Amino acid sequence: MMGLTSPHLPWAPLLILLPLIGGMVCFVWPRTAKIIGLCSVFSVALLVAGLAWQILENGVYRHAVGGWRAPLGIDLYADGLTLLMLVATSMVGLGVSVYAAAYFQGEHSNRFWPLWLFLLAALNALFLSADIFNLYVTLELTGLAAVALAALTGGRDALSGAMRYLLAALLGSLAYLLGVALLYHGFGSVDIATLAARIEPTPVVWAALGLMSAGLLLKTALFPLHFWLPPAHASAPPPVSALLSALVVKASFYILLRLWLEFFAPLAGDKVGDLLGLLGAMAILWGSIQALRQTRLKLLIAYSTVAQLGYLFLAYPLTLATGVKAWNAVVYLALAHALAKAAMFLAAGNLLRFGGHDRIADLDRVVQRLPLTAAAFALAGVSIMGLPPSGGFVGKWLLLEVALVQGRWDLAAVMILGGLLAAAYIFKVLGHTFTQAAVTHEPRAVPFSMEWSAFLLALSAVLLGFMASPVLTLLGIGEPFGASEIGL
Amino acid sequence: MNWNAWIPLLVVASSLLPGLFIFALAEDRVRLRTTLNLAAALVKLALVGWMLWGVYQGQHYETRLALLPELELVLRAGPLALFFVTLSAVLWLLTTVYAIGYLEGSLNRSRFFGFFSLCVTATVGVALAGNLITFLLFYELLTLSTYPLIVHRGTEVARRAGQSYLIYTFCGGALLLLGTVWLYTLTGTLEFTPRGFLSGLDEEYHSVLIIIFVLLIAGLGVKAALVPLHGWLPQAMVAPAPVSALLHAVAVVKVGAFGIVRVVYEVFGVEFAASLGVTKPLALLAAITIIYGSLRALFQDDLKRRLAFSTVSQVSYIVLGVAIAGPVATIGGVVHLVHQGLMKITLFFCAGNLAETLGIHKVSEMNGVGRRMPWTMAAFTVGAFGMMGAPPIAGFISKWHLGLGALEVGQGWVVLVLAGSSLLNAAYFLPILHAAWFRQPPNAWPQEHAYGRQETAWALLLPPVVTALLALAAGLFALLPFSPLEWANLIARREFYPL
Repeated sequence: MMGLTSPHLPWAPLLILLPLIGGMVCFVWPRTAKIIGLCSVFSVALLVAGLAWQILENGVYRHAVGGWRAPLGIDLYADGLTLLMLVATSMVGLGVSVYAAAYFQGEHSNRFWPLWLFLLAALNALFLSADIFNLYVTLELTGLAAVALAALTGGRDALSGAMRYLLAALLGSLAYLLGVALLYHGFGSVDIATLAARIEPTPVVWAALGLMSAGLLLKTALFPLHFWLPPAHASAPPPVSALLSALVVKASFYILLRLWLEFFAPLAGDKVGDLLGLLGAMAILWGSIQALRQTRLKLLIAYSTVAQLGYLFLAYPLTLATGVKAWNAVVYLALAHALAKAAMFLAAGNLLRFGGHDRIADLDRVVQRLPLTAAAFALAGVSIMGLPPSGGFVGKWLLLEVALVQGRWDLAAVMILGGLLAAAYIFKVLGHTFTQAAVTHEPRAVPFSMEWSAFLLALSAVLLGFMASPVLTLLGIGEPFGASEIGL
Repeated sequence: MNWNAWIPLLVVASSLLPGLFIFALAEDRVRLRTTLNLAAALVKLALVGWMLWGVYQGQHYETRLALLPELELVLRAGPLALFFVTLSAVLWLLTTVYAIGYLEGSLNRSRFFGFFSLCVTATVGVALAGNLITFLLFYELLTLSTYPLIVHRGTEVARRAGQSYLIYTFCGGALLLLGTVWLYTLTGTLEFTPRGFLSGLDEEYHSVLIIIFVLLIAGLGVKAALVPLHGWLPQAMVAPAPVSALLHAVAVVKVGAFGIVRVVYEVFGVEFAASLGVTKPLALLAAITIIYGSLRALFQDDLKRRLAFSTVSQVSYIVLGVAIAGPVATIGGVVHLVHQGLMKITLFFCAGNLAETLGIHKVSEMNGVGRRMPWTMAAFTVGAFGMMGAPPIAGFISKWHLGLGALEVGQGWVVLVLAGSSLLNAAYFLPILHAAWFRQPPNAWPQEHAYGRQETAWALLLPPVVTALLALAAGLFALLPFSPLEWANLIARREFYPL
C-alpha cells in the first residue's frame, strides 16, 4: 500500500484533468451528462482523499507540469490550506451534484453538467496554482463558468442578475490582470515565491497591489462591493446558488489570502489590514440587517452570505501577534460557511419546489410538511449563527479569542452582534416551521435525494464543530500561515 | 476497559439517541414511541443510580473528548452534578408519563417527544459539564431544543412567546459566550475547580474579573429569570403543561440557577467572589427578585401565570443562598434546587390537570374544585404549603437553612426578606386553597372531560401525587442518608469547602 502515498502519484493534475475531460464528454454526448457528471464528481472526491493521504505522508506537494519548473513552467502546489479548500469543494460538490441530478431534467440538465464540471476543474486548478498568472486564468474560468451557470434557466430575473454578475466578474478579473501585468513588468516573474523574495515598496507595486486587491474584493463581494451578489445568487437555480455562495466567492478570497500572506502583508502593514477589518465589520452588520429585511427566502440567504463573508475579513487586522490562530479561525469559518450555506440554499430550493414560492411569510404552508428540509435549514442555521456545537462556533470562538487577546473590543462586539442578527433572520424563517396553517394548494413532491443532500450537508457543518483538532492539524501542513507559535 | 470514563457520556446519550430516533417515527407509532420514551427514562435513571452509589463511595466518573485545541468536552459526575442529574432523571420519567397522558390524540407528538428528549439531554449535559465551554455548549442546545416546545401549539400567541424567549436567551447566551472567551484569554483554562481557579490572578485583573462576573451572571440570569431579565418566563406559559412543568422545575430556569452556583463556587470561588465584592449585589438582586416575583404573583388571575411569577421568586432562593456566601446558607440554596423542583412540578402538573379535565385556567374558577378532584388538589396543597415554607414539607428545610446561614454570617436582613416572601407566598396560595376546599362548586365546570370513575386519567394523576409525596418525604426524612439535604451537605463538604 505504500505505493498509494508515493510523492510522485499525480493526484493533483488529475484533479484538474478529470473534471475537465468529464465536462467535455458531457458537452459532446449530452445524453450521458448526468451519469458522467456524477461519476466525475465522485472520482474527484476520491482523488482529493488520495491527495490528502499523500500530503499527510510526505508533507507539501509540489509538481512542475510537463517537467518545467518556475519561472518558465506551471507549478502545482498543495499544502494544508489548499487541501482543505479542495475538501470543501468536493464535499459541497458531491452534495450539490446529488441534488442537481434530481433537480435538473432535460435541456437544463444537459447544460448544467458540462458547466459545473468546468467550474469544478477551474476551482481545483485555482486552489492548486502557485503563480499569480495561473491564478488569473483559473479565476477567469471560474467566473465565466459561474456566470453561465447563473444564467442557466433563463428568465428575466436570472438574466439580469447574471448580467450584473458578468460585469462585476469581468471588471474584477481585469483589474487583477492589470496588477499581474505590472508586477511581471517590474520583477520578471509571476511565481508567488519568487515575487515574494524580490518585491519592494515602489509606487508601481502599490498600484499593482491596489488593482489586484480591488479586483479580488469585488469578486469576493466585500461590502460595499457586494451589490452584484444578492441578485445573482438569489435568481440562479438553487443548486447553482449553493455553488456560487459556498465555493465561488471563496475562490477569490483564497487568492487574496495567499497573496496577503506571501507579500501583501509585509508591504501593506496595519492600515490596510484595519481597513479590510472595518469593511468586514460593516459587511456583517449591513448584510445581516438587509437579510433581516428581506421578504423572500433566497434573497435572505444571499444577504446572509454578504454578512458571513465579512467575518472572513475580520482576521486581517488581528494577525500581527497571533497570526496563525486568526487565520485558522478564518479558514474554519470559510469551511463551515461553505457547507452550511450550500445546505441552506438547497433547503430553500426544496421549499421553493414544494410550495412554488419563497415568500417567507407564507412558508408555514410548506415547512411543516418537509421536516427533513426544515431540519437541514435549522442545522445549517446553527452553524451560521455560530452556536455550539458547529463549525461556525469553532471559527467564531477562535476569532473572538484573538480579538479579546488583542483588546479589539470593537471587532468582538461586531462578532457577537452579527451572531444575534443571524439568529434573528434565521428564526424569522424557522418561526414559521411551527405555526399551523391549512395547506391551500397542491404541493409538488420533493425527491428523496434532494432532501437528504441538503440535510447531510447541514449535518456535516454541525459535525465540523467536533473536528477542530484534526482539521487544524491538517491545515498546519506546510505552515501556510508561517511558523506557528506555541499552542497553535 | 475503564467503564467509569463512559458512564457520563452514556447518561447524556440515553436521552439523545432515543430522541433522535423518535423524530423519525411516524405519528401513529404510539406504542413504540411510548415504550422508547419510558425505556430511555428508566435506563437513564438506572445509570444515574449507579453513579450515585459510586460517587457516595468515592468513585470518579469523567468523560473527556477533544473539542477545540486545548479545550475539551468534559462530562464529570461530581456530587453537585449528580444532585442535579438525579433531579432531572427522576422528573423526566414522571413528566414523560404525564406528557403521554396529556398529549394523547394531539398533533405532532413525534416532534414533541423528540425535542422533549433533546431538552433533557441538554439539561443533563449542563449538569455534568466539567468546564465552562461544555456548559456553554449544552446551555445553547437547551435554548434551541426548548424553543420548539414553547411554540408547540403553533398559535400566534405561542409564536410571539417563542420569539420573546429567543430574544432573551440568545442575548443572554451572547453575554455568556463573551464572558467565557474573555475568561479563557486571561486564564487559559475553564475547568470547574473547587474554590475556583481565579484567585491566583494578579490584583490588576480584579476590575476585569468583576466585569466578567457581571457578564456571566447576566447571561445566566436570563434563564434563571432574575429581575429584570425575567420577562420571557410568564409569556412562555403558552406551552403545553408538561413543558411548563419541566421548564420551571428542571430545565431552563434551574439551569440558569445551577450555572450561577457553578460560577460562584467553582469558577470564581466564593471567598474570592466575596473579596471582589460581587456577592453582596448578587444577594441584593436575588432578594429584590424574590419580593418582586411574589408581589406580581399576587395579582395574577391566570393560574399558570401566578405559578410562573412564583417561580421567578422561588428560584432566586437558590441564588440568594449562594450569594450569602456561608456554608449553611449554601446548603439551603443548593438543596432548594431539588426542593423547589419537586414542589413546583407538582403545582404545574396539578394546574395542567385542572385545565385538561375541567377546563379551569383561572384562579377565580377554582371554587370547590377540591371536591371534584381531591387527589389533584391534595397534591397541590402539599406543593403550596411547601412553597410557603410550612414544616414538614421540603420548602421549610430550605428556608430554615437559608435563614440560619444568613444569621451565621451576620446578614439579618435576609431573614426579613424570607419572612416577607413567606407571607406573600401565603397571600397568593392560601386564597386558592380556601376557594378549592371550602367554597361551593359551580353548577358546571368550564369544559369538562369524563374519565370514568376516577377524577382524571391515571397518567395525569400519578405524577403529581408522586412528586407531592417526594416533596413531603424530602422534608420528613431530611436527616437520612441520600436525602436531598444530606447530599447537599456532601456537596458542601466535598466540592465547596473541601478541607
